[in-house]
Amino acid sequence: MRFEPRERIPHWLRLLAPLLAIAAALAICSVLVLWAGAGVGEAYRALIKGAVGSRFALSETLTRATPLIFTGLAAAVAFRAKLWNIGGEGQLYAGALAVTWVGTGAVALPSPAMVPLLFASAALAGGLLLFVPTLLKTHLRVDEVVTTLLLNFVMLLFVDYLLFGPWKDPMALGWPQAAPIVEQGVLPVIVPKTRLHAGLVFAVAAALGIWLVMRFTRWGFEIRAVGLGVGAARFAGIPLNATVIRTALLSGGLAACAGVTEVCGTKGYLTADISPGFGYTGIAVAMLAGLHPLGVVAAALFIAGIYNGADSMSRAMSISSYLADVITATTLLLVLVSGLVVQFRIRRG
Amino acid sequence: MPGSEGADPMSTSSTPDPPPSSLQPSDSSAPPSAGEVVLRVRGVSKRFAGLVANDGIDLSLRRGEVLSLLGENGAGKTTLMNILFGHYVPDSGTIEAFGTPLAHGSPAAALEAGIGMVHQHFTLGTNLSVLDNVVLGTEPLWRLRQDRRGARRKLARLADEFGLAVDADARVGALSVGEQQRVEILKALYRDVRILILDEPTAVLTPQETERLFATLRHMIEQGLSVIFISHKLAEVLAVADRIVVLRQGAVVGEYGRAAADRETLAAAMVGREVPAPKRQRLAPGPVALALADVAAAPPGAVAIRDVDLAIRAHEILGIAGVSGNGQRTLADLLGGLMQPDAGEIRLFGEHVGPLEPARLTALGVGRIPEDRHAVGIVGDMDLPDNLILESYREPRFQRYGWLRRRAVAGHVRRLIGRFDVRGGEGTLARSLSGGNIQKLILARVLSREPRLIIAAQPTRGLDVGAAAYVHEQLFEARARGAAILLISEDLEELLSVADRIAVMYRGRLSPGWPVEELDMTELGLMMSGHSHSTETEAGNAL
Repeated sequence: MRFEPRERIPHWLRLLAPLLAIAAALAICSVLVLWAGAGVGEAYRALIKGAVGSRFALSETLTRATPLIFTGLAAAVAFRAKLWNIGGEGQLYAGALAVTWVGTGAVALPSPAMVPLLFASAALAGGLLLFVPTLLKTHLRVDEVVTTLLLNFVMLLFVDYLLFGPWKDPMALGWPQAAPIVEQGVLPVIVPKTRLHAGLVFAVAAALGIWLVMRFTRWGFEIRAVGLGVGAARFAGIPLNATVIRTALLSGGLAACAGVTEVCGTKGYLTADISPGFGYTGIAVAMLAGLHPLGVVAAALFIAGIYNGADSMSRAMSISSYLADVITATTLLLVLVSGLVVQFRIRRG
Repeated sequence: MPGSEGADPMSTSSTPDPPPSSLQPSDSSAPPSAGEVVLRVRGVSKRFAGLVANDGIDLSLRRGEVLSLLGENGAGKTTLMNILFGHYVPDSGTIEAFGTPLAHGSPAAALEAGIGMVHQHFTLGTNLSVLDNVVLGTEPLWRLRQDRRGARRKLARLADEFGLAVDADARVGALSVGEQQRVEILKALYRDVRILILDEPTAVLTPQETERLFATLRHMIEQGLSVIFISHKLAEVLAVADRIVVLRQGAVVGEYGRAAADRETLAAAMVGREVPAPKRQRLAPGPVALALADVAAAPPGAVAIRDVDLAIRAHEILGIAGVSGNGQRTLADLLGGLMQPDAGEIRLFGEHVGPLEPARLTALGVGRIPEDRHAVGIVGDMDLPDNLILESYREPRFQRYGWLRRRAVAGHVRRLIGRFDVRGGEGTLARSLSGGNIQKLILARVLSREPRLIIAAQPTRGLDVGAAAYVHEQLFEARARGAAILLISEDLEELLSVADRIAVMYRGRLSPGWPVEELDMTELGLMMSGHSHSTETEAGNAL
């Protein structure tokens, strides 16, 4: 068996490959479902029902997908430039801190100005958090995988410190949480009687915007060139450091926006558990999407659906909800394998 | 080599006869049709995704001969050899070695049958010793003890027998390219091969090393071995081969005995048409475009250069010769804007310019053609249009307020593809282009900006005759337009036929540039190994 690179990759194949990977992942994971003593058909039916089977289920999936779109975009943009930002989680919390600082009474503007201000301040905080490791990378060749990863723990502990200390809301009956976001800064619910808030609109708009930037602007061109061929980009005179730093600000800013949607949308106030690892899952989202900004939306919906669905499947069938992690991981592995099929043609002999 | 002298379409009036007499086979006792057939290829065909790489090839190799397989890049030489050596399975056809059919698709079977291969890119473990590399893979996995002494004895015997002197305990990474090639050959001989396939073996060698290789090959055929020598260099093929088979577009288009072959016929058979020789014009040099005075640079991990003086004028091509690794790459990187000099003075178009940086150089009218066209010349995973605007996307004609003007880009791309004849659709990824087309793409990008100074590093390395001729044509055109050209090349034939003056780099220093009329192959070869030009003392005014 031999692999031959394809000259062009047909669009249908690019779209079909991840779907096949998902189907194969579900098939493989059915072994675990059987092992747990449940019927496969029944379990997956419960999973799908829990993900998209009702208005409520769908709204929950969309609510969960919202921060994942932002963290997925953050990873996709950075990885395009071969900037390995593993610090989405930390940047998310940096954004959450920024909106809490700005949005709990320090500033009060009418809503149409307040919400953009919150997003902007969060993006600035997230961008700055990634800016430092990026400078260390461009100027001192410090591996950004290590620095961005470790900053996640620094940020989390810092949030803990603030929530148990100076930022603790005295009205919260002793719970470690910050004061609520002022009314003008809250992202409004867009479907009544659900938690689904306007953050989703911002997330989808961001995905569209990033797609436009990557495809049609000079900056996007530079990011793609640096990521795909740093030697050629340098020789051609594309500013490497400026491009990587610009990418870092964008990526960190996007991840921080996930903090905004959680604090100002889903929760309404900052706690230390606003993110069950959205920053890390964002990496899986980006990989699943093949780093394509619009694909990120689809991948975020899929992963959010799997997690939501697995929660209700676990309640209905008494199967551990960790199955969601297994399904996501298997899908990701298979999507990476299918990438091989997409890029190469398999031939016998 | 009767018949080849004087009938040389590739060289201009100033080119000396390329193969020095020592390159000619000394051995005339083995007439081309001497031994029995040891290898027979019948009707081998191989297709890759719509491309016919091999089309019904018939071939036979006799005992004690050097059979040369000549053809342009993409003619199917390497595919055929990969089929012979079992890397590929042919779609149809049979191979017989020593009278027995050879199993397809198994290098082990090929080795078993006595066929060895030396690849163009070596397959050596650079961190292992010569002996380790030779022995690697010949011993059963389950045996704990190695017979080092026996292996050493055999290696020494082979080295002696074939004149392949090499230190068995040297680390391969520390050897020169020529020595590494000797190790590759020893590796094959150690496996008792009777047929040795050499794929473009001279691509990385100096003229002197090439001669040595040819002497080794002659030793081998005297011992009754057979050699298949793959090349696209006519002079070498004529110097070493007993028989020459020419491939074009996957098919055999001609077979010649050495006596019957000359450069003209071979070149025409290879390309399928007459190849026009580059027509050198005499042009009066214009003002100095680039001047270096006492320039030194010592980049980490690369060859340092020092005391470099040079001046190139408009309408002039200055060739830089030298054995690879003598500082040419450092010079090219320096002038390409990838590093700054430690000392010395650089004047561009008569003026001091600040730090040399790629974007600034491009803006000032310097066109740069990089040595490594795959990794540095193009972004392989971007498509043709993206690669064509890589150096000019910042200009107002291609972007406004940060938005790329796709329509302007598309028009530009269509014009360039037409004018420079780049074969490949607009959506094609650059990496899937052939070497020649990648170089055309780079030329299109660089020359369409009408640069006043061109820094071309190894612009024809690895290109076939047709593509190389195209590159020269384009350089001449640029020169006629008034460009000054610095041409760094390891191909002396190219330099002698294209450059107006040639300077030699040796251990980081650059000789004065000598008018090409005062130089020949032997002279250059000597200068490349550190001797001064013989007339240097009396012709100090040649600068």
